[in-house]
Amino acid sequence: MLKYDLVVVGGGPAGMAAALKAKECGVEKILICERDETLGGILEQCIHTGFGLHYFGEELSGPEYAARFIEQIEQTDIDVKVNTMVLDITTNNDVIAINKDDGLMEISSTAIVLAMGCRERPRGAISIPGTRPAGVMTAGTAQRYANIQGYLAGKEVVILGSGDIGLIMARRMTLEGAKVKMVCELMPYSGGLTRNIVQCLEDFDIPLKLSHTVTQIHGDDRVEGVTISKVDSNLKPIPGTEEYVPCDTLMLSVGLLPENELSRSVGIYLDRITGGAIVDQYRETNHEGVFACGNVLHVHDLVDFVTQESQIAGEGAANYIKGKKAFSDYRIHTKGVNGVRYVVPQRICIDDSDQPVKLYFRVGQVFTNATVKVTRNGNVIYAKKKRKLAPGEMENIIIKPEDLQEFSEGDYLYIEVEG
Amino acid sequence: MEVRELTCVACPMGCQMTASIDNGVVVSVTGNTCPRGKKYAETECTHPVRPLTTTVKVNGGKHPVVPVKSAAPVPKEKMFECMDVLNNITVDAPIKIGDVIVDDICGTGIQIVATNID
Ligand SMILES: Cc1cc2nc3c(=O)[nH]c(=O)nc-3n(C[C@H](O)[C@H](O)[C@H](O)COP(=O)(O)OP(=O)(O)OC[C@H]3O[C@@H](n4cnc5c(N)ncnc54)[C@H](O)[C@@H]3O)c2cc1C
Ligand code: SF4
Repeated sequence: MLKYDLVVVGGGPAGMAAALKAKECGVEKILICERDETLGGILEQCIHTGFGLHYFGEELSGPEYAARFIEQIEQTDIDVKVNTMVLDITTNNDVIAINKDDGLMEISSTAIVLAMGCRERPRGAISIPGTRPAGVMTAGTAQRYANIQGYLAGKEVVILGSGDIGLIMARRMTLEGAKVKMVCELMPYSGGLTRNIVQCLEDFDIPLKLSHTVTQIHGDDRVEGVTISKVDSNLKPIPGTEEYVPCDTLMLSVGLLPENELSRSVGIYLDRITGGAIVDQYRETNHEGVFACGNVLHVHDLVDFVTQESQIAGEGAANYIKGKKAFSDYRIHTKGVNGVRYVVPQRICIDDSDQPVKLYFRVGQVFTNATVKVTRNGNVIYAKKKRKLAPGEMENIIIKPEDLQEFSEGDYLYIEVEG
Repeated sequence: MEVRELTCVACPMGCQMTASIDNGVVVSVTGNTCPRGKKYAETECTHPVRPLTTTVKVNGGKHPVVPVKSAAPVPKEKMFECMDVLNNITVDAPIKIGDVIVDDICGTGIQIVATNID
């Protein structure tokens, strides 16, 4: 049986950053398992720039951002197995993986970092009536076709959902000569970054139809058109607002789902809102020695934050391996209320650490000139004015270590928006 | 005097700004929160530029195409012209990150460089 101190599942930016950090912290035997043929994860197909603004202070493309970490990995003795799919994790942290050369492997490990990323919500998840012709695909699939395989998914495109991948693909397809007719968004606001709406839609006069959805797909072998409808405040299509839009491609950009089959199989508790594991500030799950970071934990819009978070997980795993951090049962909870949809981490271990705790959160609607407040037993311990808060943009706040003293086990820290 | 509404894209705040332009010169910018917004508004109203990223065909590589980017943002009105050029060239593998694919794209003086290996 292979033996490692740390096995990292997934070789995207999250897995790479976690492995590198653990190495830096002195962990000896580390293995990364990646099911794809190269390291890099989803970044390999994100050829647009906009990565690394925070972390490197430069606007890099996805592959360039990934390459910086791949090069660092190559300079260490971290083992990498590509084309290797992790199938299962046992209760005592053995990893079951498979590839063509080694066959089925059982790898014993002290700690595990889960960094499997996320996948796009498929059409099934949103159930549009109509036929099932060719030409309906997720925006990420279209991106892979265009940027890695080198062919264009269609010529006349309607995009459902205004997530960033859809916006990025609207520009990409337009530059390649396709006609992107419109982007329909069910909600009254876009889920994408403002800069993407400006640079990817407004630049090319592509209409963004808010509070609109696709209610029917037409065509037998290939998509011939879609029917779109306006929706009311309960998100129900309004009869009489139907409009037929001819097109040969319907691209879906309706959200991402953390890829957590493995986590579920080992009994890790998942957060109903994020779809990812429930973790403490070291990104440890309820399963001792198993950590999670990156998009498998919660969907990030900026890879820079993925890297930061994964370094926390890598360090947490290293401390666990070195026996520095005893698995502490003394925890408090964080909870988003009044407009805050979720908070990560969901638990904070109260220990002798003198480190501040960074909380990441997302709001559920757009707020302007609002105050973000953190309260504990009715007392405000943090308040900050924000000019704008939007669901598409992840926010963070830092809780000072002195504010974490004098808690009782099971206490709540509430994060909310006022105004 | 011309007045233009624009959204700053220099950071995720996305400030809504108003710029007044007189004879092709930006005379005032309001709504920006920081100096970067003013600079963006000035460039945007006089000579808007955009980063360009796309792919070019590769001979003998692992994949049929390799991603490329403009080393600096290109004039917005030349984006499609640049795309035309890039859609009609083929490079030979091996390609490294940073390899110059086109030295001066459409007379802009800007290089097109590879952003992945192939
Ligand atoms: C289309 C798109 C556009 C984006 N644009 C931007 C942008 O402009 N700027 C920005 O900063 N960020 C952007 N992001 C966000 C950023 O790229 C992601 O947040 C980041 O890549 C997430 O990293 P990750 O390592 O968590 O996941 P991923 O990159 O998805 O990596 C996960 C890896 O795990 C592997 N894996 C999964 N399951 C297994 C298994 N069972 N066994 C072995 N391996 C497994 C997968 O193959 C994959 O390689 C974008 C994301 C997408 C999808
Ligand atoms: S003006 Fe400054 S703060 Fe506002 S969006 Fe531009 S860069 Fe950001």
